[in-house]
Amino acid sequence: MKILVCISNVPDTTTKVKFTDNNKQIDYAGVQWIINPWDELALTRAIELKEDSSNSFNEVCVINVGLSNCDATLRKALAIGADKAIRIDAEPLDAYFVAGQIADYLKNNPFDIVLSGIESSDYNGSSVGGMLSEFMDCPAISSMTKLDVENENIIIHRAIPGGKQILELKPPFVGIVQKGITNEPRIPAMRGIMMARKKPLDVVPAIELESLSHIVEFELPVAKVSCKMIDVDQLEELVDLLKSEAKVL
Amino acid sequence: MSVIAFAKNWEGKFKKSTFELVSYAKDLASRLNTETLILSIGEVDESELGKLAQYGADKIISAEDSRLNILSSRIYAEVISQVVNKEGASFVILSDNNSGKAISPRLSVKLKAGLAAAVLAVPKSLDPFVIQKRVFSGKAFAYVQIDSEKKILTLSKNSFGIVENSVSLNIERFTPELADDIFKIKVNSIENADDKVILADADIVVSAGRGMKAADNWQPVEDLASVLGAATACSRPVSDDGWRGHEEHVGQTGKVIAPNLYFAIGISGAIQHVAGVNRSKCIVAINTDPEAPIFSVADYGVVGDAMIVLPKLTEIIRSGE
Ligand SMILES: Cc1cc2nc3c(=O)[nH]c(=O)nc-3n(C[C@H](O)[C@H](O)[C@H](O)COP(=O)(O)OP(=O)(O)OC[C@H]3O[C@@H](n4cnc5c(N)ncnc54)[C@H](O)[C@@H]3O)c2cc1C
Repeated sequence: MKILVCISNVPDTTTKVKFTDNNKQIDYAGVQWIINPWDELALTRAIELKEDSSNSFNEVCVINVGLSNCDATLRKALAIGADKAIRIDAEPLDAYFVAGQIADYLKNNPFDIVLSGIESSDYNGSSVGGMLSEFMDCPAISSMTKLDVENENIIIHRAIPGGKQILELKPPFVGIVQKGITNEPRIPAMRGIMMARKKPLDVVPAIELESLSHIVEFELPVAKVSCKMIDVDQLEELVDLLKSEAKVL
Repeated sequence: MSVIAFAKNWEGKFKKSTFELVSYAKDLASRLNTETLILSIGEVDESELGKLAQYGADKIISAEDSRLNILSSRIYAEVISQVVNKEGASFVILSDNNSGKAISPRLSVKLKAGLAAAVLAVPKSLDPFVIQKRVFSGKAFAYVQIDSEKKILTLSKNSFGIVENSVSLNIERFTPELADDIFKIKVNSIENADDKVILADADIVVSAGRGMKAADNWQPVEDLASVLGAATACSRPVSDDGWRGHEEHVGQTGKVIAPNLYFAIGISGAIQHVAGVNRSKCIVAINTDPEAPIFSVADYGVVGDAMIVLPKLTEIIRSGE
């Protein structure tokens, strides 16, 4: 069985967000690019499943919709352990466009399970996985916190507020990965980095597809005025302020 | 032209966030000079449905089918799109919670409707339709223009508020047409952590970090949360090290929350942590280090050892009740 992991190329999480062009563009100067943190967890879990010989998972591929600046991130995914990378060569206009492109690729290149992260840490759309499942007309598991095989059945946990659902499902489906799916994201080892150079990174042309939305402008949140310090021996004052000034108690 | 909001129920009951959603839908519909339709899916009794009219639901559409009592994003998206097409609605609004996040992308593809996720305010302009949403987990905002004719929004919690706007009650039943073969997922069991306040719903959140030093030191955090009726949360290293469960992790790679009151205890205030909590109405920081970056985003700060401050604070609040 084959797993496809969707990879979004995002700025490192320590990035201080700045804009250019009259706040119309993000200033990407000096930004480090990483695999979107949830995609990295999804990839790690997919590789763990492939390595476990007691199940029938035998191939893990990664896919990205983006321009050539994403290749370094895809090489990193190969170094972590993916067998093959696919880049659909287009500017990722919006989530609908990205999901539509991946869905089209899947028509001729089917996978049993497609994994995506619960959101991308840049645009926070939480959309690509869900949209993809609708394009593919298959079930999707939102907030998936466990993906396992027991007696050839695929067992899944889905986080729900205050608890979890334990599900069974037959492929094909889309898993939308939440934290918990694996312990820690894998980092590439030296050997993996060497091997990644020889692994295939296929660049495929995009199909004609419209986007449904676009960003017109950015803005930064207003900074807090200042923090009122309360003496550690005057905690009654804190409680009073929370009641009478902030009105939150 | 109308506006439809999907009012999710939890075992037949609505939550405050549902009423905020209806209030928002009403406001948008008034701007567009059109009707506010509220769709409820699954079994909800009439008195509960009636509550939606207090916030301006011109018509409440109730889709009942015993197969709809367990939420499936695929099936719910199908039901919502049937109602949207029947009513000729041009806007669909959902809450930005687990179910809204799961349903809205599917709906977007079904209706070919552009989606703005986690919007924070009323639209900046109606034509073209431009609206504010958070990006980079709250480190910035973007103004998104939706270009398609039909539009979908998911509304962030605590971004609009609840507005009473009583209208007369009008409930309509709707029976969706559903093919049997879309009921595919087999739910083996559901486990619920009992009597805990759910983080996503909580008005007050008591959150603690590595400054607590060990998993065994969490009792004072639990005690403060308990006296406040608050949910507990934690920073990422705390959940990574297994001191607390992953469901408590807040921040850029965990949950993004916006309670009224957020306590950051023994949390340094790293940029990834702050990104997930900076929409809290009020932040209180408790930290031994007066230079900790958390104080620059807090409203109130106490420099002190959490193991000493927390029991005192809990006692003051308890005795003041
Ligand atoms: C890709 C990526 C994503 C990340 N995502 C997140 C995220 O989503 N959420 C998140 O939280 N972090 C995230 N982080 C980690 C983040 O960078 C910080 O490392 C983390 O937030 C620090 O956690 P902390 O504040 O609990 O610990 P520390 O930074 O170690 O801070 C502990 C604090 O406790 C104080 N302290 C010590 N003793 C006491 C005491 N007795 N009483 C009171 N205060 C005390 C110290 O002064 C210090 O300020 C991410 C990092 C990366 C690289």
